[in-house]
Order: sequence, then structure tokens, then C-alpha cells
Amino acid sequence: MATAEAIRGADEAPPRGETGILGWVRKNLFADWRDAILTLAVVAALVYLVPPLVKWALLDAVWGKQPSTVCRGAHGACWSFIWEKWRLILFGRFPYEEQWRPFVAMLALMAGAGCAAVPQLWNKRLPWLVGSGIVVFFVLMRGGVLGLTTVDTGLWGGLPLTVMLAVFGIGIAYPLSVLLALGRRSHMPIIAALCSVYIELIRGVPLISLLFMASFMLPLFLPTGFSIDAVLRAQVAIILFTAAYLAEVVRGGLQAIPRGQGEAASALGLSTGQSLRFIVLPQALRLVIPPMVNTFIGLFKDTSLVVIVSLSDLLLSTRQAIADPAWRAFFIEGYIFVAIIYFGFCYAMSRWSQKLERDLDTGHKR
Amino acid sequence: MTAPSPVHGSGAAGATLAAPKVPPWRNPRVRAIAYQIVALFVVLLVAGLLVRNTLQNLEERRIRTGFAFVGQEAGFEVAESLIEFSAADSYGRAFVVGILNTLKVAVVGIVLATIVGFLVGIGRLSRNWIVSRLSTIYVEAIRNVPLLLQLFLWYSILTGILPDTQSVKDSPLLPGVYLSKSGLQMAIPIAHPIQPWVMLAAALGAVAAWFWGRRADRVQAATGNRPPVLLPALGFVVLPAVAVWLIGGAPYGWDVPRWRIFNFGGGVQLSPEYLALLVGLTVYTASFIAEIVRAGILAVAKGQSEAAGALGLTRGQALRLVIVPQSLRVAIPPLSSQYLNLTKNSSLAVAIGYPDLVSVANTTLNQTGQAIECVAIMMAVYLTISLSIAAFMNWYNTRMMLKER
Repeated sequence: MATAEAIRGADEAPPRGETGILGWVRKNLFADWRDAILTLAVVAALVYLVPPLVKWALLDAVWGKQPSTVCRGAHGACWSFIWEKWRLILFGRFPYEEQWRPFVAMLALMAGAGCAAVPQLWNKRLPWLVGSGIVVFFVLMRGGVLGLTTVDTGLWGGLPLTVMLAVFGIGIAYPLSVLLALGRRSHMPIIAALCSVYIELIRGVPLISLLFMASFMLPLFLPTGFSIDAVLRAQVAIILFTAAYLAEVVRGGLQAIPRGQGEAASALGLSTGQSLRFIVLPQALRLVIPPMVNTFIGLFKDTSLVVIVSLSDLLLSTRQAIADPAWRAFFIEGYIFVAIIYFGFCYAMSRWSQKLERDLDTGHKR
Repeated sequence: MTAPSPVHGSGAAGATLAAPKVPPWRNPRVRAIAYQIVALFVVLLVAGLLVRNTLQNLEERRIRTGFAFVGQEAGFEVAESLIEFSAADSYGRAFVVGILNTLKVAVVGIVLATIVGFLVGIGRLSRNWIVSRLSTIYVEAIRNVPLLLQLFLWYSILTGILPDTQSVKDSPLLPGVYLSKSGLQMAIPIAHPIQPWVMLAAALGAVAAWFWGRRADRVQAATGNRPPVLLPALGFVVLPAVAVWLIGGAPYGWDVPRWRIFNFGGGVQLSPEYLALLVGLTVYTASFIAEIVRAGILAVAKGQSEAAGALGLTRGQALRLVIVPQSLRVAIPPLSSQYLNLTKNSSLAVAIGYPDLVSVANTTLNQTGQAIECVAIMMAVYLTISLSIAAFMNWYNTRMMLKER
């Protein structure tokens, strides 16, 4: 009978207060007195802070195309600033009539780079896809062919420039970093030493010092009469910087591959190059996708440092928009706008890497 | 390189197993040496070309070389400095001012970011839903926006939205603390000759407390009972310091910021540039530290806290004696790289006009035109700081590492 009793007991509904909204609140907000105090304190702070914020950002805000005088009279945010200046913020000083070009160019470059992030496209066609994106980008940005007017790189700016610095920073640094990582792990002492010194030197100094070096010292390094574009200079600095960080990520992946893999490959008669290409690198690079995407995200944010060498990327074009005396008071709106753009890119990348990690998981993880 | 293969040798029965003749271009050892010679040659060639070009360019542009400028008069003022500095001082002294300013923001930033980061990291793991949600929002929002943008925003808020200095002169934030467009004014204790001795007493007390802790460890190892540590240690630090202070006549008094015609005088002032940089670096780095702390705690197996509970340890004891020491092991290497990042990121100071090393180097570079020397000094200093932090963290890491066989 005792068993039947027990079974009936199990059928009974759980006690009230353990389920439903009430149960959830009790468990997640008021588990004990300390939790209760914490919850109440946080809620009080939110009640104090959030309504004024909502009032400022939404209720009292000025929307749509309005002159700045309207904003001065309002108590809330001035989103008209964005209406007024979004083309300057997004495309910099690119000729106004031609701004469809950087827009389409940027989409082409992002599509090309996006292809490289889709495992289904990792085949022989990938270089062509990425390459065509790059060609379309440069044709549209630079012009000079197909009846497009030539636009000097000095006028490139805004989001397309940021995307360009990031995509080429990643794209060119990636193969470089694999070479550096392989070099650092090499059994040849001179090559290992050269790679180690390079990696540690770059990782030990801030990106700004490299950008300074690129903009002030690179012209001195080149033969006389040979000048190099300011955008290209910053791009070179970003590539050299990223390669060193990526190399350490790749090295981590290489270290995680058991020696047996390479030994088995050479036992099968594969040459060193074949063994790297078909056995070691595919496994190692797959393993380090999450930290690699972290490096990419860091790079995307770090492109904003070109502001310091006066390249009008997304951040500097925003500052140029804010510098307009009529709108100077509304800098917060401008910064929030670009912060959302940066956030969108970085968050999308981190989400995508999490999805890739799940999709590519070969089940070896514990 | 490898032992001669018997398969090859079997052709000549009875003959000694001679190594098969390998042509030199197929011999891995020969090839390795050849590769390295070529690599070294290429690197030296490129370096030589660069040096040649540079010297030629410098001569053409009539730019001087060498570090002689370090001793010359700088001719520019530095907005804030830990040591005396005027425009008549040398470039070398300006660099020292810059380095000290960099260290001032980096050291304080590392301490604050660690505290905030730990709180947020633990907050993300809290079972309190609202706390963990807010911590997650904080981390995601801050991590995905460039630091430079955040610095601009903080600086604009500090200089653009805060009230004028004059209008806050009667409305302190806290007693003796004023926050305005021109930064933070704070009261500090009036300097008195007894203060260094109080500090010394406290330091000696700390040493005594450390010995007390060691003794407690020994007693615990021998008897199983741990004598009280926290209260006696506190006593060791506080009591002698207070005693010395009393012997010195218990000097008491605050150097309070007072309004003088145009500005505050007295107390200490933290400039808006310093505050913006400090807040920006702290908030940004804390979001990364929070993730490291969270990962570190999650890396400790659940069985560890269960076992601690089964042994009768309270939740606090389990956290302090079992969980945290183990999670530190996981967290220290990435934590040290965050400290390095914070130090390197402090170079963004140049964008908001805080006179750190990069900003001083930049001014010097523009005045003297000696780009190579200035960038070299800048890089050398950051490398030194990076390597010192790395060395310290490696030492700490080795101490904390699992002692295996």
C-alpha cells in the first residue's frame, strides 16, 4: 500500500508557489533575503533611471527632418541630426551625387567576405566569389572606368572605408598569420626566431604606434620619389598588426593537433606541404574559429583608430558631422548612431561564429 | 637523418646496411639550412634597403638623426604632470612626464577594471535573474563598441554636459567633492610630517600580518585547527598605524577645494581628460574581465563545490578556499593579457588630449621632425611595460599553477 500511496503522491500537483509566474519570481528574484534586497535595489535603480532615459530618447525626442533650432527648444534627443547628417556619417566626403557607388561597393565587398564565412561555399569557387566582390568594390570606389568619374582615395570615407580596412585587414593578415605560426613552430631555429621576434614585437606595442610608424616612417623607408597613399599606409599597419595576433591564435590550433596526425600523414607518404594542407591545417584552423572571430571583431573595432592619423572612417566622419556648429550640441545622438552600427557588425559576427562552432562541431568535444 | 631503411638495404644481401644515397637537395637537413640562409639573407637585404632609403630620404629632407634632441629644450607645456615640468625643461623630461601619466592611468585602471569586472562576472552567474540579465547587457553592449568611440562619448559628456565650474561651487557632489566641466575636485588630508611614518607603520604591520598568516598555515597543517587570521591581521596593520598617528599628535585636517575668483584651488584635481580615459578604459576592460571571470568559474567542475559542501564548508568558504583558487588558474593567463591590453589602449589618450606618452611623443615628433626616434622611444617604452607585466603575471601564474608530479 505504501508504494501505491507514494505513486499517488507523485501525481499530485506541485505546491503552489513553485510553478507559474509566482514560482519563477520566487526562484529567480527572491530566493533568499539577500537576493530580495539585491532585486529591490536594482529595481529601484531602474525605476529611477529608465523612465527619464525613455523620455529623452523616445517621448521628448525630435524626429524627422527638422532644423536644429527645433531641437534646441526640445528637451529630448535630437534624431533630426541623424536625418540631416546620415549621408556624411555613412559615406564621408565622397562626392554627394555619387554616393550610391560606395554603398553598392560596400555591399559587394561584404557579400564577397560573407561568402568566406559560409562553410557550404568553402570550395574551388570561393576565390572567384571573393575576388569578384573585391573587383566590384575597387571599380566602384575608384572609378575611372565604365564611364565612372575617378574619386581620389582622400575622399573615401565613412562605413565603406571601415569595412574595407577590416575586410582587407582580415583577408591579407590571415594567410600571413598561418605562415608566421608555422614559422614560429618550425624546427629551423633562425626562422622560428625571426617569426617569434616579429610576433612579440608587434603584440607588445599599441596599434597607434604602428599607425604612427606607417604614416610618418613608411614614406622614409621607400625609395625617393616613391609615394604611398595614406589609406594604403594605414591598411598596411592594420594588416601587420592583425597578422601577429592571428598568428598566436593559429599557433594555439596547431598545438592542439596531436603529433600523430602529422606522423601518420608522412607515413602515408605525404610531403610536408601535403600533410599541412590536407591533414594538419584543416583541423587546426577549424578548431580556432571562435578565437579567430574574436580577433576579427577586435580588428573591426580597432579600425576606428585610423581617426588618429586623420583617415575619415565611420568614426571620424561622425566627428566631422558633429563639428557642424549648428548641431554641435547633439553629439550624443551621433555617437549612439554609430555605436549601434558598430554593435550590429560585431554582434552579428559573434553570433555567426557561435553558429559555425555548432555546425562544424565534429563531436570530439567532451 | 633517420636510420637507413632495411627494405632498401636488402637488395645487397650480406652487405652492410649503407644509407641510401640521398641527393643533397632532397636531404631535409641540408634543405633546412638552405631555407634559413635564404630567409636570413632576404630579411637582411630588405632591412639594408630600408636603412639605405631612409638615410637617403633623411639627408634629402635635412632631418637630423640621433637622440641629441632629448636634451634640448622642449618648448611646450604639458597640461598635467606628476613631476614639475615647464616648457623650459628638456624633451627627455617631457617623455618622463608622459610615461608617468601613462602609468598613472594604467595602474588605477587595472585596479578598477579588475574590481568592476569581478563584480559583473559574478553577476552574470548570479541566480538572480535581473542581476544576471543586466550584467549580460552590460558585457554585450560594451564589448561590441570600439573603445575610441566610448572615450569620445565620455569626454564629450564630461566637457559638454556637466555644469560650469562656477555653477557647482556651492553644490558639492559629496562633501568636499565637486564634479564639473573642469573635472573632479577632491579634498585630501593636509600633508603632515607624521604621514610617512604612519604609512611605514602600516607597511610593517602588513609584513607582520603576512607572517601571522604563514604561522596559521603551519598550525593548521600540524593540528587541523586554523587560528583566526583576518581580525589579527587587520589589527597588525591598523593598530601600529593609529598608534604612530596618535603619538604624532593626531594631526587632522583636510585640504578642501575652495573657490577662488575663477577656479578651484586646494585639494586635488582630476582633469576631465584623465577621468574620461580612466572611466572609458575601466568600463571597456571590465567587460572583458567579466567574461574571463565567468569562464574561470564555469571551468571549475560542479563536483568541487558539491564536495566542499559535503565536507561541511559554508558557501563562502567553498568559494574562497575551493572555487576561486581553481578558477584563478584558468583565468590568470587571459587576465594578464587584458592588463596588457588596457595599458596599450591607454595610448588612445592622444585622441582626447590627455598628455600620455604617445601624446608627448606626437608633439615632439611634430616639433623636431625626428619620427624614427620618437616612434622608437614610444615602442621601446610600451615593450618594456608589456614585458614587465607579462613577467610579473608569469611569475604569479607559476605560483598559482597546479603542482603536479
